[in-house]
Amino acid sequence: MEFQTVVFYLFGAIAVAAALGVILVRNPVHAALCLVLVFFSSAAIWLLLEAEFLAITLVLVYVGAVMVLFLFVVMMLDINVDRLREGFWSNLPLGLLVAALLVVEMLLVLTGDFFRQASSPPSLPVDASNTESIGRVLYTVYAYPFELAAMILLVAMVAAVSLTLRKRKDVRYLDPAEQVKVKAADRLRVISMPAEKE
Amino acid sequence: MMESTWQTLATWFGPAWPAIWVLLKIIVLLIPLMLAVAYLTFAERKVIGYMQVRIGPNRVGPKGWLQPIADALKLLFKEVIFPTQANKGLYVIGPIMALTPALLAWVAIPFGENTWIANLNAGVLFVLAVTSLEVYGVIIAGWASNSKYPFLGAMRASAQMVSYEVAMGFGLISVLLVAGSLNFIDIVHSQAQGRFAEMGLGFLSWNWLPLLPLAVVYFISGVAETNRAPFDVVEGESEIVAGHMVEYSGMAFALFFLAEYANMILVSVLTSIFFFGGWLSPVGFLPDGLHWLLIKAAVFLFLFLWFRATFPRFRYDHIMRLGWKVFVPITLVWLFVVTVWLLSPLSIWR
Repeated sequence: MEFQTVVFYLFGAIAVAAALGVILVRNPVHAALCLVLVFFSSAAIWLLLEAEFLAITLVLVYVGAVMVLFLFVVMMLDINVDRLREGFWSNLPLGLLVAALLVVEMLLVLTGDFFRQASSPPSLPVDASNTESIGRVLYTVYAYPFELAAMILLVAMVAAVSLTLRKRKDVRYLDPAEQVKVKAADRLRVISMPAEKE
Repeated sequence: MMESTWQTLATWFGPAWPAIWVLLKIIVLLIPLMLAVAYLTFAERKVIGYMQVRIGPNRVGPKGWLQPIADALKLLFKEVIFPTQANKGLYVIGPIMALTPALLAWVAIPFGENTWIANLNAGVLFVLAVTSLEVYGVIIAGWASNSKYPFLGAMRASAQMVSYEVAMGFGLISVLLVAGSLNFIDIVHSQAQGRFAEMGLGFLSWNWLPLLPLAVVYFISGVAETNRAPFDVVEGESEIVAGHMVEYSGMAFALFFLAEYANMILVSVLTSIFFFGGWLSPVGFLPDGLHWLLIKAAVFLFLFLWFRATFPRFRYDHIMRLGWKVFVPITLVWLFVVTVWLLSPLSIWR
């Protein structure tokens, strides 16, 4: 077996095990950390495919930022595991239906023409820059879809901010700029007083 | 002579030679790095001591020079205490997760024209990705300790480090734009050309001058990213004792320390490479070399210590305000300026 195949199966096995861990472990923090491991192993598999830009971006964005905030929230939640497990059997049929739908959709995509073309990708020259080729395609051929995706993300961001934005009246907000501007003369009055004699 | 020795060794080890060669390079990098970390703690205590009109450590060895060794030995022999109800596995993983990225990032850093462990095409991205993992050490340690102060430290760390990563990343976009590459060596090369470099005044054609606001933002964000004073609310000993490290003792505690100081050195070296020409000589008549990179990094490390001796700790909301409302807008405006500059006939880069 080739060395790369060994590496692929190693990371693939870790990814699958960690993905199972995400749904099977009891502690939500452990589940989130398992998800981090899934992202990491997927990034390693992408590196094997010579997609270093995507791999590093996956680590940078999902592991470095998204999952950190995710953990942040999960750690603060007071989750009662017993109450979570209550509706397991009644919700099972619906869950199975959704899972079956997902599997069918994935099969449709994976066995479709789109992926069959790329079954044997031409190996790139050693000095080819993945980043450069992605950038070139992204800003020329796919410029409009790319901008559209950016726009949707911006809308989502504005919506999230506006949902949580509230002006609190009961907090005395100090403007740092004004604080810095203060001079001693604004706050302090020096009075010259003659010494009193008895 | 050297060549033939390598040849003999290569034939000796056969197909395992590339792996052994990389391991050797890693050792050659790690030992000076660890020594630098040890003596950086010493330098910190000495420098802050003198700034506060004290002498600093001067008892162990001549003039106190063996102090870091004594500290390391002491920490090695101390017991690692596990709090009751702590999450054992994660409690152990925490410090490891703090140290691993701090050392891993050095793989992609070049120290000279031909001196590097790995010359990555996307080196800058790699370092950004790896340094973004540092926060996990703090979060995992804070949560696994099962104690309130570490948890508060973890909460503060996760928000602060993610925020300042944004400012750091945005600041670097302009550097990448003017260099036209994600490769560290290309970034240094791009700073070696220009009108001033031809006149022999290399230091004026480095990135710091055209990208001055970004250099400042990058370095200050680096201070915040390493959780150093005045941004050290993660430890904040006056409020939460020592933040995520409260419950750790012995070597587990030392790992956090090693990670923090290795990160300080990393940020200093990165600032030197991105904005101050890396190993390039500041003037034409002196040769380039590794020593220039070390001198520049030492200056930034001194700044780290100077900050700590000078500034009072930021309040947490002011840290957030500085990151999001001051640094991010500055980097975005300068990105626009640089883009227009780059495409205009006045461009100094192409």
